This record gives sequence, C-alpha cells and structure tokens, in this order.
Amino acid sequence: MSTVDTWTADFKARSGGFSGASLPWLAARRLRAMERFASEGWPGTKLENWHHTSLAALGQESFSPASAGSCSRSTIDALRDGQAGHWLVFVDGHHVPDLSDVGALPDGVQVRTLAQALVGQPDLLESRLGSELDGSSVVALNLALASDGAFVHVAQGKTLDDPIHLVFVSAQDRAASFVRNVIVAESGASATIVEHYVGENAQTTLTNSVTRASLAADARITHLKLQQESAQTYHLGALDVAQEGGSVFNSHSMSFGARLARHDITTNFAGRHCETLLNGLYYVDGRRHVDHHTRIEHAQPQGVSREYYRGILADTARGVFSGRILVEPGADGTDAVQRSDSLLLSRMARTDTRPELEIYADDVKCAHGATVGQIDEDSLFYLRSRGLDEEHARNLVVYAFAAQALARIENESLRQRAAKSVRALLPGGLALGEPA
Amino acid sequence: MLTIKNLHASIGEKPILKGLDLSIKAGEVHAIMGPNGSGKSTLAQVLAGRENFHVDQGEASWLGQDLLAMPIEERARSGLFLAFQYPIEIPGVSNAYFLKAAVNAVRRHQGLSELDAMDFIKRVKSEMKAVGMREEFLYRSVNEGFSGGEKKRNEVLQMALLEPKLAILDETDSGLDIDALKAVADGVNRLRSPERALLVITHYQRLLDYIVPDFVHVLAGGRIVRSGGRELALELEERGYGWIESGDSAQAGAAA
Repeated sequence: MSTVDTWTADFKARSGGFSGASLPWLAARRLRAMERFASEGWPGTKLENWHHTSLAALGQESFSPASAGSCSRSTIDALRDGQAGHWLVFVDGHHVPDLSDVGALPDGVQVRTLAQALVGQPDLLESRLGSELDGSSVVALNLALASDGAFVHVAQGKTLDDPIHLVFVSAQDRAASFVRNVIVAESGASATIVEHYVGENAQTTLTNSVTRASLAADARITHLKLQQESAQTYHLGALDVAQEGGSVFNSHSMSFGARLARHDITTNFAGRHCETLLNGLYYVDGRRHVDHHTRIEHAQPQGVSREYYRGILADTARGVFSGRILVEPGADGTDAVQRSDSLLLSRMARTDTRPELEIYADDVKCAHGATVGQIDEDSLFYLRSRGLDEEHARNLVVYAFAAQALARIENESLRQRAAKSVRALLPGGLALGEPA
Repeated sequence: MLTIKNLHASIGEKPILKGLDLSIKAGEVHAIMGPNGSGKSTLAQVLAGRENFHVDQGEASWLGQDLLAMPIEERARSGLFLAFQYPIEIPGVSNAYFLKAAVNAVRRHQGLSELDAMDFIKRVKSEMKAVGMREEFLYRSVNEGFSGGEKKRNEVLQMALLEPKLAILDETDSGLDIDALKAVADGVNRLRSPERALLVITHYQRLLDYIVPDFVHVLAGGRIVRSGGRELALELEERGYGWIESGDSAQAGAAA
C-alpha cells in the first residue's frame, strides 16, 4: 500500500538526512508540505482537476524510496547515443556522478545537483524552490520528500548551445523517486533542457517529479520532456514556469511510456510580450492512461501563447487533455491559440478533451479547437494506390499524425531523438518514414 | 487491356455512374471530358479502388482479371496508376521514403529485386530532372507545402518511377499555369509507348493540346454519351457541354 501513512512515516524516518535539512526555512517548508499531503492524501476524482484520472490503483501499490541508485552504464550510453551536451544522471532519485558527464560549461552557466546548490546558493533557492501551497497535494508530497534533483542556472546574457540532458532512471522494482529540478535563466539568457524519464525492464515504480523554471526578462528556454518509462510506472510530473517580460518558453512534452502519466504544466506571464509554446505528443496503448493538464496565465498585456497537443490512442487506452487559458483583467493584446487533436486507433480507446478559456480582458484573440478522429481514409487510399500494403500505409499515416508535433521541435538532433522514440513504439517500427 | 461494361457506381444513396462502357487497348490515349458532376473523378477513383464508392452493377476486366475484385494496392502493383487531382500531404514521411517504398512494392510484385538506396537515388534523380523537380523535394515530406504545380510534378514523377501499363490522369491540368502544364504534359508524353495506355480526364480541352488523344469521350449523367476523335474535344471547346447534355436527354427519351 502507498497510503498517507506510508509517506508520513517515511518522512519522519528520512527527512533529517535530506539535503538542506539544516536550513530552517527548508525544514519548515518540507514539514508544512508533508502536513498538507497528510491532510489531503492523494487527489481524488471528486476534485475537478483529477476528475478523469484516478490514483486509486496507485494507492494499492507499495513503493519505497531507494537508499541509493545504480544502473548499468550501457543504459546511459544507449540513451546518449554518442550525442554531445551536458549529462546529469539520477537513478531512483539519487544523483550518480559516475554516470553523469556535465563537461565544460561556459562562464556563468551552472549545471549541478539541487543538493549541491542548497549548500552553495541556499538564498537563491529559498525563493525558487516553491512552496507547500503550489499545485496539488502530489506537488506538496514532492516538496516534502525530494532531497535531490537538478539545478540549472544561466547568468545574464549567457547562451548555452548544447542541450542540458537531465536523465532520471527508474531501476529498482518498487522504487519511489522524488526529484525536484530548478531552472533559473537570468535576463537574456538562453538554454535548452531535456528531461529524460526512462525505466529499466518491466518494473513497477513511482516517479514524482517537479520542475520549476523562472525566466527573467528576454530569457529563452526550450524544455523537452521525454517520458519513456516502463508500462508499469506511475509518473506524476509537474512543470511550473514563471516568465518575465519578453521571455520565451517552449515546452515539448512527449509522453510515450508509463501505466499512468500525469503532467501538470503551468506558465505565468508576469511581464509584457511573453511568449510560450506548449507542444505535446502522447502515445498510449494497452490499458495505459495519460493526462496533460495545462494552465497558461496571461497576467500581462501582449502575451502570445500557442498550445498544440496530439494524442495517439490504441487498444483500451485513455487520454486526457485539459487546457486552461486565463486572461486576466488588463492583459490586452493577448493572442492565444489552443488545439487538441486525438487519433483513435481502436473503438475502445477513449479521450477526454476540455478547453477552458477564462477571459477578463477586452482586446484579446483567443482561439481553440479540438478534433477526435480515426485514421484519415484519403491518406490511406493515396498510399495504397502507390502499391503500399494496407498495414504499411496505416502505420505511415499514424506516424504522419505524430510527425506534426515532432516538427515543432526546432533542434534537429532533439527532433530526431523524439521521432526515433515514437517510431520505436508505433506499429511498423523504426524504419518508418526514414529517408531512403 | 481494360474493358468496362455497364458500370454503375454510387456514393451513399446517390448513383453517380449509370451504365458506363469503355474499352482501352495498349498504346492508346483516351480522353474523358465532361461537365462538373458528370462522374469523371468518380470513374477514376472507382478504377483505382477507392472504397467509399459502391459498385452496384457492371464489370471491369483488367489484363484478364476482375479489376473490381482487386484490393487497391494489387491494382497499383499490376500496373494501374492514378495521378490524383488533389495529391495528399503526408507530413513527416520523406518523399524519398515514399517513392522507394512504392517502387519496391511494385518491383516485388513483378518478381524483380528491390532497388537498394544507391540504385534508387540514381534512378529517382534522373527522373526528377526530367520532370523539372529539384533534388530537395526528395527530402521534404510527401507533398507537404508543395505548390499546386509541384504536387502535379510529383504525381508525374511517381508515374515515371512506377512505369504503369495504364495511367489515369485525373484533372492533372487543374490549377496549373501554362508553364507547369507544359512541363507536366512533357513528362506524360515521354511515357507514351505502344505498351502503355493513358486515360486523361479533363474538364478543358487545353491539356489535350499537349497530350494529344486518339479518342475523346464525353461523360454526362454518369454515362459516355458521345465518342469520337480529337476533333470532338475541339467541338466541345467551341460549343460548351450544353448541346451534349441536351442531346443526352433526347437520346435517353428516344430509348425509353
């Protein structure tokens, strides 16, 4: 069982040894976060935001935090695939220096663990780590129990060319991982950050991750999350973004694995002329379930948001997309577009899409649309009329549906990486659609 | 090569082809002209195997086989090619992958070895040059973001690569300016041979200035109401379709 008592007991046993435990503000905040989870428990389906996603099955499983993390080097090598960049590896929530390879960083750029940052920059973290009141009780549980994670700081005007790869491996069966990542981009800074979530074998694990990003004026962050955990994993993730004037945040949420994956993505425009792209692609089959909850807060004028979610659902899988766009009073000149498109490969698959637009300003452009459909017959006919058999044609049409989300990933090698990941899952496999 | 007898086809409850007869021999070029809604595109799609049309009656014999019983891909592999009026965009799938998959599907059917990447690229590049397509179109997604003319060139490229026995061109001239029209027609004319037949479907006679047909048929109300030589197309150009359609109803009245 994975009940409230499990985690309050775990907190009592371990929190004294957590990183930063000697920082009074942090110890107090963790305690309040634990108290919040203890009083609320796992979010229930009576809550509006959890109406379509039940954690009842999760409560029946037993998990415990791993005391240390280890996995084979070949797992990491396979993931790296010879690519450059800065690699920080966590296994079962623990940083593994031997598997990490951060490499040389330009002046003014830090890529380190949260534990290291709590020693070196506790004051900065006090304002960036988040509070027990953020998000759902799942996010509070994360604040209470996450002892480590990644810390990325890009100083004013600095640009990091190669992506920063944060790798989170679930290795031990029944391991629970709690990680909290903090990304800080000072004014005019620019970086690309990739979060990989992978699992070894078919193990039953729990991943609870929170990433908090803050972008100062004119900063530019591209964030790619590749969730490819085992089909028995429960993945509860949150991405919380604060944007100041003129900043640009691009999110690509690629959710391909896990028995149940929940992604909460929130961005807040605290200055004028902010831009955000929330691009999402998910593939679920079997009895798996994926849920994206997004919230874009246009609190200041002239903000531009673009939100595109695409889901491919097979067998009896279920997908949920809920997109809230809030345009606050005075946020004139807001320009928001939201689209959700779902492709059902089976009659038993199901998707629930809910756009929620709350507009309190007058001069606003806000458009939304959703489609749920089957494989496009015109495309099938075209491909078959060139001699391709029906199965091959069908697989190509499914891949083409996914490709429209992949195309929004500007970085060529990251786009190829995501494309390869999705092709490996789709019927038809890796060879689909590759150049001759 | 292809003999169609008394073909009736409908979509939903709506009959579109109402007893069409047509016979095409190797080496011949047939043109089918007709007003909008006469069933021209339906005929092309039914022959290629589009499943949302229902064949209610009639038969089509193709190289001695029952064409209407063949799956779409079998028709293609046995040498029937349809150049689409509106070619479909397939995002994320490179033109090179698509063309190679198509060529090799047809080659396998013919008992030929599949082309490897090197041989394929060599072949496709020479054909692209002939239809005036730049090499970059190999690496772009199938038809995605192509202009009308580029899409039609891509259709002619596919036709050249697949070397069909019968190519059906469905309104290949629609939406093309005169230069693109000439380029497409040149591409098609290069493929004319004593072994290959063409069925050119068009609303306007303009295309037939460049692809000169042996036979012209007028399709109206789901049937071929008049057949003749090339001069019939010129007559239609001059007089419009009105006289044919009124003639059709007169004929139908006389028959009844």
